[in-house]
Amino acid sequence: MDILITGLLLGGTYALIAMGLNLQYGIARIMNLANGEILVAGGFAAFWMYTAGQTSPYLTIFVLAPVAFAVNWLIYVVMLRPLVKRAKSRGQLEVDAILSTFGLSFVGVGLMLAAFGGDYFNYSYLATPVTIFGDNFGLNRIASFIAAAILCAALYLWLNRSRAGMSIRAIAVSPESARLVGIDVARLSAFAFALGGAVTAVGGALLSAYLTLDASTGVIFTLKALIIVIMGGVGDVRGTIVAALLLGVIETLVASLIDPGLTLAAAYALFILILLFRPRGLFGRGAA
Amino acid sequence: MIQEEEKSPMKFQRRTVLKLSAAALAAPAIIPGRLAANDPIIFGAVAPKTGPLAGGAAVTHWPNLQLWQTQVNAAGGIMVDGNAHPVEIIEYDDQTNPGETIRGVQRLATQDNAHFIITPYGTGLHIAAAPIFDRYGYPQVCVTAITDQGSELAGQFPNMFFTLGATTPFAGDVIRVLTAMRDAGQIGNRLAMVNVADAFGIELMAAGMPLAEAAGFELVYETSYPLGTQDLAPVINGVKDAAPDAFVAWSYPPDTFGLTEQAMIAGLEVGAYYTAVATSFPGFNARFEGAANNILGAGGVNPDLPSFQEYEAAHIEVTGQAPDYWASATTYGSLQVLQQSIEAVGLDREAVSAHIKEADFDTVLGPMHFRDNNFNQAYWTVGQWQDGVFRGVASQNRDGVAAARLKEGWA
Repeated sequence: MDILITGLLLGGTYALIAMGLNLQYGIARIMNLANGEILVAGGFAAFWMYTAGQTSPYLTIFVLAPVAFAVNWLIYVVMLRPLVKRAKSRGQLEVDAILSTFGLSFVGVGLMLAAFGGDYFNYSYLATPVTIFGDNFGLNRIASFIAAAILCAALYLWLNRSRAGMSIRAIAVSPESARLVGIDVARLSAFAFALGGAVTAVGGALLSAYLTLDASTGVIFTLKALIIVIMGGVGDVRGTIVAALLLGVIETLVASLIDPGLTLAAAYALFILILLFRPRGLFGRGAA
Repeated sequence: MIQEEEKSPMKFQRRTVLKLSAAALAAPAIIPGRLAANDPIIFGAVAPKTGPLAGGAAVTHWPNLQLWQTQVNAAGGIMVDGNAHPVEIIEYDDQTNPGETIRGVQRLATQDNAHFIITPYGTGLHIAAAPIFDRYGYPQVCVTAITDQGSELAGQFPNMFFTLGATTPFAGDVIRVLTAMRDAGQIGNRLAMVNVADAFGIELMAAGMPLAEAAGFELVYETSYPLGTQDLAPVINGVKDAAPDAFVAWSYPPDTFGLTEQAMIAGLEVGAYYTAVATSFPGFNARFEGAANNILGAGGVNPDLPSFQEYEAAHIEVTGQAPDYWASATTYGSLQVLQQSIEAVGLDREAVSAHIKEADFDTVLGPMHFRDNNFNQAYWTVGQWQDGVFRGVASQNRDGVAAARLKEGWA
């Protein structure tokens, strides 16, 4: 039982890491390799607010989200829109986006290094035990799991129930046809990218309550997010959630029952299996 | 690969020759190895500013370079041939990548014409850089390199010196502290030991396990986890289920924090709790506050030593952050060793190396020498947070060892 709960909590963490990238890649079609840096920057904002004014990360996110939204919107409009305009095919856009956001990730690391130095930033928030079925779990992990659940539910409802959400899903399926039915693809793509960035930064702020970050840890999160998004199916919120939880539970199972040294192997084995049997991810749509 | 390695020094040499001849034309008075009055002495530094070890280097390595440079220059500089020369440091980021470390050292030696090169950060990067220090004839006063291969390395690279200790005494002293606690009736016989799957953790685990068994401990749980693992709940839960009396983790920074937070949440009941690297960081105590009390960790200092207190105050004043209570002072000490040798024999690198081998040094940690096979034999091995101060509780030949205390709860 404790394995299952530990795994689900870890899955919640993974969902926070991957949800933003899913929006950016699935809808705005930008494979954002600087995703991890946005996450770390969000974590730093929470750390800074906490150490400067004892502000809870759960309050910081309400300031952080609009700021991160604006920053990511700017990144998209200034840096990525020219690429979108220039690209003749989706493949070309992917290559261009990967190269330019890869560069952006170095810029991000450099900026954070210059701004906060290379030291670890960590603090303790809500590191109090909560007993569930006789085992202790960290309140900060449970709280971020709940936040992840709320965030995912809100995104899912919004994407599936609102008009804007429907337009965004239309873009994810076919940007060309979406334009034909009067959807402002350029504007909504920028919106989806900015929203993805805001979600990632919020995720970073929540994670920073229990993970130890420094200016150059972003790439670890980018890689994890990439695996989860591809496993779950690009552009599908449900897929990301299921993949994140699955990965969390399997890693914890392997670590607890076999050996903690094999968690990475288990994660990549799962990745390979899913790619072999469902090449477009768990919730991926049939062949394009 | 081999081709490239053979090619690039040639290229660099050619450039150096060009640079030197240009310099000679511009200022014919310059003689290599000789400085005009007030010319700076150039020190090169290659260490992580990014990558996995950057967080540790930002605490332990870089601030000490800054502090040392500031202090030496404030005092007028390093005395060579009766003239005081200011210190100039050229810094490169090796991205925690051994290839970059090697390239950085090479560049410092051949293009920047550094007079001396400060040792890198981290065991692996030290060993990667050793051959290139040796090739260009630079003394390498190592700090954050903990290995049992020191005497072999020193045999192969005679200008390589070790300050922070070797693996076996390190692991041995942890077991010694635990044995003393057990023999005093404070803890029982059951020991859980885990390690990070990286050169440092693997070597210490390999050294520690037989020592623990020889000391009569029963190993009730033993595992390793990959470098960079942040979710350590399964490890701590496994430890908890094994119900040990003492817990030892040969850990690296992010996992040191992760293990401790999880142990705190799970309410791991052990009489002795040890995590390795980063336990001695001021940030560790700041994060865990009361829960950090009586946690054992790698390193230690004698916080009552006036030279250390003076060093700590200066470190905070110049760099705006406190030093760690292990390798920080040793890093500073390694620079003092270089400085004292340069003042004794001048800029001739061979003479400096020969001097380091023979001389006695006076550092912030106390006296130091390298006459035993290039090894400093006086160093701290185990420390413990005691009421907000990280005190050395075991050492090799250092004074001021405090008694280890029982870990009682996480409040």
